Amino acid sequence: MANTEQEVLDGLAEIVNEETGLPTDSVERDKSFTDDLDIDSLSMMTIVTLAEEKFDVRIPDEEVKNLTTVGDAVDFIVKAQA
Amino acid sequence: MGTSTRVVVTGLGATSPIGGDVPSTWEAALAGRSGVRTLEADWVAKYELPVTFAGQLAVPADAILSKQEIRRMDPSTQIAIIATREAWADAGSPDVPGERLGAVVSTGIGGVWTMLNAWDTVRDKGARRVLPLSVPMLMPNAAVANVSIEVGAKAGAHATVSACASGAEAIGYAAEMIRNGRADVVVAGGTEACIHALPMATFAKMQALSTRNDDPAGASRPYDVTRDGFVMGEGAGIVVLESEEHAKARGARIYAVIGGVGMSADAYDVAPPDPSGDGQERAMRLALKDAGVTGRDIVHVNAHATSTPVGDGVEAKAIRRMLGGEADHAVVSATKSMTGHLLGGAGALETIFTVLAVQQHIAPPTINVNEVDADIDIVITKNGPVDLPQGQIAAINNSFGFGGHNVALLVQSV
Repeated sequence: MANTEQEVLDGLAEIVNEETGLPTDSVERDKSFTDDLDIDSLSMMTIVTLAEEKFDVRIPDEEVKNLTTVGDAVDFIVKAQA
Repeated sequence: MGTSTRVVVTGLGATSPIGGDVPSTWEAALAGRSGVRTLEADWVAKYELPVTFAGQLAVPADAILSKQEIRRMDPSTQIAIIATREAWADAGSPDVPGERLGAVVSTGIGGVWTMLNAWDTVRDKGARRVLPLSVPMLMPNAAVANVSIEVGAKAGAHATVSACASGAEAIGYAAEMIRNGRADVVVAGGTEACIHALPMATFAKMQALSTRNDDPAGASRPYDVTRDGFVMGEGAGIVVLESEEHAKARGARIYAVIGGVGMSADAYDVAPPDPSGDGQERAMRLALKDAGVTGRDIVHVNAHATSTPVGDGVEAKAIRRMLGGEADHAVVSATKSMTGHLLGGAGALETIFTVLAVQQHIAPPTINVNEVDADIDIVITKNGPVDLPQGQIAAINNSFGFGGHNVALLVQSV
């Protein structure tokens, strides 16, 4: 089942909050996972794994490095669900 | 160990089935309260466990730690961190360079919850769904790794795995680190959180567990003629050890002295102890020798005494021989009668009990002993706490583990 862009953003924010403790409203489209949210590579892999399950998509390992910002991840997931 | 450096205890931390910290745990121990209850988890009935009770934490870890800490650490590491924070604060958060600060924290079983949950994920959902931190969470050194990060211990971080002797071995190793000059301060102890269907099923199959399902609080009854096995417990104990010189220089409160460390191996069997008790006696005698005292000087023993029919008797005979004479100059406490058996956490929690016993000159009770086994010829604190002599006193804490690991720590008053 496809989610709207906002639903994906909200869902990702919940995952980031669970994993890092960052408030959900700090997880915005233009934020960089590493530079702005201070998420390291293992946490990123955790977030990707949880996102795959939550949104029922596959995010190939080689794709993860292209997901620089929250918006990149939202767009990838929305597209993958389509 | 051949050097003159005295090792002292300056901080204590614990979370156990009878209290969420050291003061509440010690108060409950002196009051003779049991922390053993019927398990409410659905897996007990689902998997038809023959034993339906255990000593679960009095204060769950998720009541203390943040959601992120709970997610990123196995339960065995979570409670080691809780105990470390208490011990470190209790010691006055010593100002010591990281290079002179060590960490030695062990576990008997390790991250069994994390391992089995991760395996459920791999089996049910495939390899892609397994979380990347699973291995650093389940490894047996995960607790000490997190403790070293917590306090900034850079002199070395070690996990001395030896089943139910692990916690005591960690403290012994830590004392040696200070005595041989590797560190001035060491955070040391043990942890266990494996009240899970698999270890419980295994211990039950070994016939090592009490099956007194209708009387959980009365199930752990070391030395009693009707004892029928140990009771699973969970918890962590952490101490801050320090060279006496370092502790005095900073004006720290000193609880007690770790005067001697004795370790030996049975080389006999992977589970039961050598029935002669020779290895256990040797560990105690090595601790005596290390401290420069004799069995006549020991006024209190916190026994390993898990409430198994075989184990308690073997140890009691070894203690009897170590004490010498009429063996009536020492009172023996079996605190597992209240806490259950914390496995890798046991030796650490019981070291804390021993430290407080010599500091406050009182030996905790051994509950549930109605009739002492006729074979057991030592003085047990079966009628309540017992006052220890005033003045300089010495006590021994015993911890033994599957595999024939024997550790005796000799604790002296300041």
